[in-house]
Amino acid sequence: MLDGRGAVKRRAGARLWLSGLWLALVVLAAVFAPLVSPQDPLAQDLMLGRLPPFWMPDHEPGFWLGTDSLGRDVLTRMIYGARVALVVALSAGVATCLIGTALGLVAGFYRGWADRIIGRLVDIWMAFPPVLFAILLIAVLGTGLSSVVIAIVVIDWTRFCRVVRAETLNQSQMDYVHSARVAGFTRLRTLVAEILPNVLPVIVALLTLEMGIAVIVEAILSFVNLSVSTDAPTWGGMIAEGRTSIYQAWWVLAFPLAALFLTVLSFAQFGEGLRDRFDPVLR
Amino acid sequence: MVEALFRIEDLRVDVPDMTRKPLFGAAPRLEILKGLSFDIPRGTVLGIVGGSGSGKTTLGRALVRLIKPSGGAIAFDGKDITHLSDEAMRPLRRRIQMIFQDPMSSLNPRLTVGRIVGAALGLRSGDRRVSEALEQVGLPAAFVRRYPHELSGGQRQRIGIARAIAMRPDFILADEIVSGLDVSSQAQVLNLLQGLVKELGLTLAFISHDLSVIRRLCGRVIVMQAGAIVEDAPTEALFEKPAHPYTRELLDAIPSPDPSIRW
Repeated sequence: MLDGRGAVKRRAGARLWLSGLWLALVVLAAVFAPLVSPQDPLAQDLMLGRLPPFWMPDHEPGFWLGTDSLGRDVLTRMIYGARVALVVALSAGVATCLIGTALGLVAGFYRGWADRIIGRLVDIWMAFPPVLFAILLIAVLGTGLSSVVIAIVVIDWTRFCRVVRAETLNQSQMDYVHSARVAGFTRLRTLVAEILPNVLPVIVALLTLEMGIAVIVEAILSFVNLSVSTDAPTWGGMIAEGRTSIYQAWWVLAFPLAALFLTVLSFAQFGEGLRDRFDPVLR
Repeated sequence: MVEALFRIEDLRVDVPDMTRKPLFGAAPRLEILKGLSFDIPRGTVLGIVGGSGSGKTTLGRALVRLIKPSGGAIAFDGKDITHLSDEAMRPLRRRIQMIFQDPMSSLNPRLTVGRIVGAALGLRSGDRRVSEALEQVGLPAAFVRRYPHELSGGQRQRIGIARAIAMRPDFILADEIVSGLDVSSQAQVLNLLQGLVKELGLTLAFISHDLSVIRRLCGRVIVMQAGAIVEDAPTEALFEKPAHPYTRELLDAIPSPDPSIRW
């Protein structure tokens, strides 16, 4: 028993550190983008088009990961792309979490008509195909970073709502909730001080997952050109451009794709790792 | 004659019977408690015994008003509490406490022992009165920093008792509090409770399916079967001359150490 727990803890540690390291790298790159990026993200030079990364023949010094067909530096654009990805991940993730959690807690704890209204709303919401819904929303709101964030929040709050409601419902059946009632706690205090701490691990895991999903949705939207302007560097936009020249310059597609993959994976693993590490019940 | 702390008259509880609910319309009501009447005098220990499904837990939860009775009356200290709303019940709550059957589920797993005991009193976990309550149930004051899952079953149940007595209540309901424990922890918890009843002059209702546990603690016993009281007698009389066949059945179910059998 004790040995098994030790093994779980060690693995959780490696997972937390590796994902945390990558996320820290992305955050630093995004915050200090003008200082650390070797080139101007928007500077075009057709004479330097489709340069390969540094370990291949014919590379040009200063363009570490090569250039795209317009001669823009891939590494620089990736670093600036991290800004968009992080802003979307944080703002959309947190806003989705707050709205979904609040509604889920109310539905799961108070039941009755509140639960019925919120439950029906979630059912109706989930019947819309999410990507089409997002595209439709952006068509109405206009493109831009804030529209992307709003679209993600409007679509994805149901994910939090459903999970938090189920967990709250589950916790509300426990005797410690009855015990709080016997002790004369108000309903609101029971919900906030007794139930919320028990739902929190689920919320944290879901929040980090949602941040990863937000990054992907932003990439999808910039892939179909519905995010920020075409010129501005985003990972999804780079993937879309790289697709057209994949046989001549695979690196334009591969590096942003790898960054996207690692970031989304890290968000999910970071959440799991945090829970394993800081949940007193699992510790 | 001592004044009764609890006076229960014709108490009825029913729930909707969802297994026989028609497709349209309301489900038929299923009676769980079929008109119970008894008193709990101040300073006495009442045992409530019965098999599973006899309604003893429902009776307990109705007494502490976790569920709303559908008929009859419950008077606590001369005040009718049968139909009080949650709001109106709150000032009375601290006088009516409860110890739960499953200490794992009744202690919030994410709060420390200090916060669990302290929250009931509106105190911080470092407060002296919290460690006093822990000492009263025989636990070291250092336990305030522990989480429930770090404790043994017997220790958890002591925390449950500490939380209940810390409020200085007039009445405590103990719902099957030793049935999840091994025999030696059972004895310890029962000894502790017995001591506290004497020391603090508690009025206690003790629910159990095990008459041997009841015999140690209670002055009077109510035997329940299928939502009704079949026998209500002082403990001595009940063990000497059980009047109802169901009581005899329960008495026969107690395993008695037989000196003629050698291991």
